[in-house]
Amino acid sequence: MQEAPPVHPMADGIANRTSGTVGGTALSLRGLQKRFGETQAMRGVDLDIPSGQFVAVVGRSGSGKSTMLRLIAGLEVPDAGTIAFDGVRGERGGDLRMMFQEPRLLPWARVLANVEVGIRDADKLRAGALAGEVLREVGLESKQNEWPAALSGGQRQRVALARALVSRPRLLLLDEPLGALDALTRLSMQVLLTQAWSRLGFTAILVTHDVTEAVALADRVLIIEDGRIVQDVAVREARPRTRGSPTLATIENSILEELLTEEI
Amino acid sequence: MTAVSTVRKARGSRLRVGDNLVPWLLPLLILGGWQIAAMVGLFPARMLPAPTSIVAAGYRLLGTGELQQNIWVSFWRAAVGFLIGGGIGFALGLANGLSNLSARMTDTTLQMIRNIPHLALIPLVILWFGIDEAAKLFLVAFGVFFPIYLNTFHGVRGVDPQLVEMGRIYGMNPARLFWRVIFPGALPSIFVGLRFALGIMWLTLIVAETIAASSGLGYMAMQAREFMRTDVVMLSILIYALLGKLADLCAGLLERLTLSWHPAFQGG
Repeated sequence: MQEAPPVHPMADGIANRTSGTVGGTALSLRGLQKRFGETQAMRGVDLDIPSGQFVAVVGRSGSGKSTMLRLIAGLEVPDAGTIAFDGVRGERGGDLRMMFQEPRLLPWARVLANVEVGIRDADKLRAGALAGEVLREVGLESKQNEWPAALSGGQRQRVALARALVSRPRLLLLDEPLGALDALTRLSMQVLLTQAWSRLGFTAILVTHDVTEAVALADRVLIIEDGRIVQDVAVREARPRTRGSPTLATIENSILEELLTEEI
Repeated sequence: MTAVSTVRKARGSRLRVGDNLVPWLLPLLILGGWQIAAMVGLFPARMLPAPTSIVAAGYRLLGTGELQQNIWVSFWRAAVGFLIGGGIGFALGLANGLSNLSARMTDTTLQMIRNIPHLALIPLVILWFGIDEAAKLFLVAFGVFFPIYLNTFHGVRGVDPQLVEMGRIYGMNPARLFWRVIFPGALPSIFVGLRFALGIMWLTLIVAETIAASSGLGYMAMQAREFMRTDVVMLSILIYALLGKLADLCAGLLERLTLSWHPAFQGG
């Protein structure tokens, strides 16, 4: 941290959010509860996320952060409470996309076909062109005819990102998508993610256990503990952000402190 | 390493031809030894005729049209029985793999029936169908059903649930989820069932034709036994072996065509 931190071209900045912007879904969670057998995974979560915000959710394993994401995605049904998308309860539509810790590519489909999985029915006629275009954006145009098995872990996750972005989603849910990648691949994925977010303006919710990553990417970091949101930290640093800048470091430390005190 | 690879490069094409011949060396050797042993008179021709006399018998039966007729009859029985039994097994395997309700209704019953050796049904089948075509088709279909059913069932159940979840969240409807995710995921297992079924298909047919038939390769062999024509008996056994190998080759080809994405089939 002593040496001059390399400038990280995180994003093109808010100013560049112009053409092609589809905007983001505004989310509103009220009294969300979920129980798995004996464990109460969500204990009444209230949360408002404005359109286009990048939210990071941190917390220890089993704190309920993934459960919250899966409830928003509709992969789990809440025991109590409501989720509204742009003010409408429970209507997810086709504007939601999700990335997982594993790429979850279809092994029997080539890269291009895997990206086409993300295309909406309305765009089926232009599927090939759209998929090719978004593959170019993630730098994998030359791999479009490969099988997923022939790609590296980082490349597979980039294909998964392309698949998520090809439909120009308004809400992107990220369930530790960078968790299994090596440090360098992780950094370049962070750049890709921020660029896409800046350009398309979707709402992003990133679940992660890497506080540095959360602070570097998000407008707002939520700390979840024992099924509740215990802290809501705003990150007001402008983009592009400099890795290890004093402001970010201060926020990161306070979050880490909070997480560590909970452990005791 | 380099020396070896240079040599390999130099004799590249000749080596490849040689490589293809390797699997056939042993059968050829056995055939040659057999021919010599027969010519020397190591064993009586009535017990084990020389390969040349088997070929001669084949030639003679081709001339009368008997051989083609019997091969065709056997092939037809195998194919139709396979399609009926395999089709039902495949459909039930899919249904039980996809629906818990269907599995709970039928799987226990099917597992009970599975434990009956299907060839033990021959006496019953003769009582029911006589030695008609229906008897052979029933036995083949019955034998083929279980490997196809079990492997389809387990193939569908074994599809990565994470991929299914991905398909759901990416808005696939049930039909697309089936064709894009579940069926391709189950295919490797279905092929295992197919190969087992092909083996059982020939086995069942041979037994059924030797016991209860008035045509077909098995019947031809039994007739030949009556007249002590060991050469014809050997001929039908060899034809069964060839047909079995042929069926396996077809399955292998199909596998390579549809599973080219699978790491096991890449670079080969």
